[in-house]
Amino acid sequence: MSVRVVPAAPTFSGVDASGVDAWRADLVARLGRGHRVVTLFGRPADVGTVRITAVFEEPGGALAVARVDLDPARGYHQLTGAFPALHVFERELHEQLGVAFRGHPWLKPLRFEHGGAPDAYPFYRVDGGQSHEVQVGPIHAGVIEPGAFRFAVEGEDVHHLEIHLGYQHRGVEALLLRRDPRALAPLVETVAGDTSVAHTWAYAAAIEALAGAAAGVETGAAAGVETGAAAHDTARALLLELERVAMHLAGLSGLAQDLGFAQGASTYGRLRTTAINATMRLCGSRFGRGGVRPGGSGVTLDPERRAALRDTLALLSRDATEIDARFLGSSTVLHRLQGTGRVPAAMARDLGLVGLAARASGLAIDRRAHDPRFAGLPVVTRPGGDCLARAEQRVHELHASLRFLGGLLANEPEAGVSRGTIGPLAPDTLAVSVVEGWRGEVVHALETDREGRLIHYKVQDPSLRNWMGLAQAVRGEEISDFPICNKSFDLSYCGSDL
Amino acid sequence: MTAAAVLAQAVLLGGLAPVLPGVVTRTKSWWAGRRGAPVLQPAYDLVKLMRKRAVYSATTTALFRVAPWTVLGATVVASLVVPLAGPALVSFPGDVVFFAYAWGLARAAMMLGALDTGSPFEGMAASREATFSTLLEPALFLLAGGVGLVGDVDTLGAMVQVRGHDATGWLVWALSVVTLTVLVQVEAARLPVDDPTTHLELTMVHEGMILDHSGPDLAALQYAAGLKLATGLALLAALFVPVGLPPWAAGLATAAGCLALAVGLGTVESLTARLRMRAVPAYVLVALFAAGAAVLASAWHGNGGAL
Repeated sequence: MSVRVVPAAPTFSGVDASGVDAWRADLVARLGRGHRVVTLFGRPADVGTVRITAVFEEPGGALAVARVDLDPARGYHQLTGAFPALHVFERELHEQLGVAFRGHPWLKPLRFEHGGAPDAYPFYRVDGGQSHEVQVGPIHAGVIEPGAFRFAVEGEDVHHLEIHLGYQHRGVEALLLRRDPRALAPLVETVAGDTSVAHTWAYAAAIEALAGAAAGVETGAAAGVETGAAAHDTARALLLELERVAMHLAGLSGLAQDLGFAQGASTYGRLRTTAINATMRLCGSRFGRGGVRPGGSGVTLDPERRAALRDTLALLSRDATEIDARFLGSSTVLHRLQGTGRVPAAMARDLGLVGLAARASGLAIDRRAHDPRFAGLPVVTRPGGDCLARAEQRVHELHASLRFLGGLLANEPEAGVSRGTIGPLAPDTLAVSVVEGWRGEVVHALETDREGRLIHYKVQDPSLRNWMGLAQAVRGEEISDFPICNKSFDLSYCGSDL
Repeated sequence: MTAAAVLAQAVLLGGLAPVLPGVVTRTKSWWAGRRGAPVLQPAYDLVKLMRKRAVYSATTTALFRVAPWTVLGATVVASLVVPLAGPALVSFPGDVVFFAYAWGLARAAMMLGALDTGSPFEGMAASREATFSTLLEPALFLLAGGVGLVGDVDTLGAMVQVRGHDATGWLVWALSVVTLTVLVQVEAARLPVDDPTTHLELTMVHEGMILDHSGPDLAALQYAAGLKLATGLALLAALFVPVGLPPWAAGLATAAGCLALAVGLGTVESLTARLRMRAVPAYVLVALFAAGAAVLASAWHGNGGAL
């Protein structure tokens, strides 16, 4: 949706001086001015240096990029202490590139991607009285992904939760560099299977920007350029919002299941099937695979399909409204959700939460708000920050998306399958694209070298940043409420593990 | 006690044990708009488990192997004093104490078996079971005292036949229904206290304690759970069966009552979410207060309107 294209050379605006100290001072100053860090990552540059890229969202919604080369052995003085939102980024820089951080409070590996034994990791411990430790996972009951949770518990109350991931690490970013950069869509679709459309759109938008392929795109030769509308937007927006609708329905079904509220579990679950079947009629895959391709599209939209989709939207809206009323009107459901797993707005901001979880804590973070293609789609927020707020947030977003989809169809859009032709990629260019997936912002950053070959591919799923929100949310809660807190965040293991 | 009575008891209670959980599940499916598993699915599962081999963790001892069969044995013994069709198979003054502690023995065996695994999930589940039953046991005794006083009876079989001859009598009867309903929900590990369908180890009570059991051992525990549900519902149903019916009619009425109550249980489970763990003791206190009120009412009644 938003793509920022900048020259690959290390640059950062607003500061004349260069070097890591100036870059760090600029970062601190930006955060002080209310800029939000969207991502912060690095790649090996010349021998003995690492090129760090920080992407900010300015208060108006524009994206800004600040890059610097640094000596990993020297690194810089950590910022996690003052800005906890940066903890995943600094931990990742340390793990992937060996960047040293002086005074860092917790350089725990994120994914154990260089091997090692995740099970031998020394967790935080508690001692005394009724305190005990509970290990859940990495293998879980039910068919879900692996991830380990170590609880330090006082009686039934959680004192601390340490989340330990990396079991799904597949080396995605390295795999993405092995093939033709224009043919990566099938791989990108599997980074996080429940967010296929958002990831693939982010990839396609970045490639189109690098190749100058999409209509209205200017590749940033000198200064950074924010690109405008691309072809196939309507089809992509349809798929993205259908993915959001389907996953919100799936999440609400899971939440009802974990609460023991059978009607919600079965009805939301049934509606989710209806939603993904609608996606299948558009692009042939229930998970939106094949629907988004760089410069092209796999979506077919003709009068017959439009009519079917309209019927589906009407059905979803009607039935979801009915079960919403039963679900959120049940006193026993409210009793479980209200006040449980609270993340106040200030904590959400400090932790750098994004997407659904941030909006449920009252932060209006939504990349769609800065995109004219999603005009008319309101940014919904809830003030509570508890499990109820996250459930209500999903209900409201679900209906907002259904209305938005209805509005898209009102323009009688046509779409046909077209193979994209992507020309050579611009050399020495970095393209950062951000798409608001159902969980939150999906960030893809692609950089080319002097010959226009892809030299670095950075993927960031919103889960990466929100896991810490879950860990903080369960503090002081009963351990038996962990499953509903977990379900209310609904984070991806593989998206985080890459 | 005739052979026919023994047979009737065995067929009714023993037969209802694997059926009632299926009826509850089927009711929940119906409310959820699904077709659901066959009513006899729990019975099929028992057959399947009996044909499997048990697997034992290296950390467990003989206690873990003995526990399931102790649970089953104690639950069967407890069911003998429950009247289904006319008089109970075994009946003696104060048999309600025997009944309570036979269930207590089953619970103790299950908790020890759970603790024997050394798993934190089983330990937490056993701890929760202990907390809830500590509150529930006095409720059963207070209720027996209240009903015994108002009806001047001392066996379980006679207690369930106590009906009101006046306002106090009916009040005690109504309080018995409330107490036994909560008792069944807690003892049989049903919603809103426990969720038998959950796969979430951190929230389990009864399911948590049987996580490590397998094969015939698990079958014994599952059957005992079904029998406990059948026994509890039979006691509750007996409160609604008219007094003085011929044994065959009373037996049929009790069985029909059990099935109806299982449907009722499933309906409650379909329309409510599970309680927060911290709120469960408060829910169990409902039983304790209802039973306490029954004692006070019958004491007041016995003293001719003065306490």
